[in-house]
Amino acid sequence: MTAISHHIPEPMLAAYAAGNLPHAFSLVVATHISICAECRAVVEAHEAVGGVVVEDSGAVAVSASMKADLLSLLDDPIPEAPVYARSGPYPGPVVEALKGREPRWKKLGMGVRQDILAEDKHGSVRLLYIPPGQAVPDHGHNGLELTLVLQGSFTDETGFFGVGDVEVADETLEHTPIAGAGDACICLAATDARLKFNAFVPRMLQPIFRI
Amino acid sequence: MIAVRDHRDKAAFSRLFDHFAPRLKGFVMRNGTSAAQAEEIVQDVMLTLWRKAHMFDPHRAQVSAWVYQIVRNRQIDVARKENRPMPEALKEEPDAEPDASQILAIEQETGQLRAALQKLRPEQREVIEQAYLGELTHQEISTKTGLPLGTIKSRIRLGLQRLRHELKDLSE
Repeated sequence: MTAISHHIPEPMLAAYAAGNLPHAFSLVVATHISICAECRAVVEAHEAVGGVVVEDSGAVAVSASMKADLLSLLDDPIPEAPVYARSGPYPGPVVEALKGREPRWKKLGMGVRQDILAEDKHGSVRLLYIPPGQAVPDHGHNGLELTLVLQGSFTDETGFFGVGDVEVADETLEHTPIAGAGDACICLAATDARLKFNAFVPRMLQPIFRI
Repeated sequence: MIAVRDHRDKAAFSRLFDHFAPRLKGFVMRNGTSAAQAEEIVQDVMLTLWRKAHMFDPHRAQVSAWVYQIVRNRQIDVARKENRPMPEALKEEPDAEPDASQILAIEQETGQLRAALQKLRPEQREVIEQAYLGELTHQEISTKTGLPLGTIKSRIRLGLQRLRHELKDLSE
């Protein structure tokens, strides 16, 4: 694997550690730090600061009955939680978002496919499949978009993105990502708004594809 | 915590409870959560601490950092009814000998972090605490906390090098 050279901005890692990043972006962060030791260390350092805030929070007495209840639970069997392990190009958090199934690809045209993993009023997160050498139509962004490469690579006006790299795109970026040769490019992409396509046809299709 | 992890020591767990439960309750109540609901959250967090003790790695974190991660997860589950996506667990080598100097270094660096936080002016400290209570968006973190975060950042950075090294060892 080539070294990861495009990381997640620190304020986002801090917001993730503090638990105040929209769900779609949190999934990208959790996936990236599953493969990027550097960003994981940043998240854990912020958790250390959070730990200090807990330590220095004014103590409020807890009831004795709560402690007694808790101690009586210690010997109970531990409920088994499913563990979602990495599968092929998909790190654990993505497998968990897929609930252990294979991606259900829906065609977007020109060989590009997607599987929407989650969508709410704060944004959406999806897997994108782009055949080798294929361009994703020139588009701008209404909000913020994070794109993490899971397999293959893509190149756009700003540079080269290989496995583990994250592109952060905002209103100011208009780009045409092109998948590299070799393996198809599979990305995890999160946005907090709809994308803006510049060509007429993709724009017309937007309501259908929900992108 | 190590006694809890390695020997399932209930007396040691009881001491951990006495230390963390009141602080956690205070922490949880800071965002306006009622005392009764705060106690429920604290109970869940302490039970998770007991049940997931095998995941605790003193080479990477102090107990407080781990407790912080668990309590924020629980608060998010309660507020939004959805799980915060979490990274893959890093497994320690089963036969790895504890590295005392690494554990001590993490302890010292957390102590220095704490001292750095305590040296902030009250209004700066307030902003930092808001951020870690989960009350600031990432945009607000980059604009509002810029100044005080810069102050404690050097401390975070110091810890990073070591932590990063440790994580690399684990993921290889």
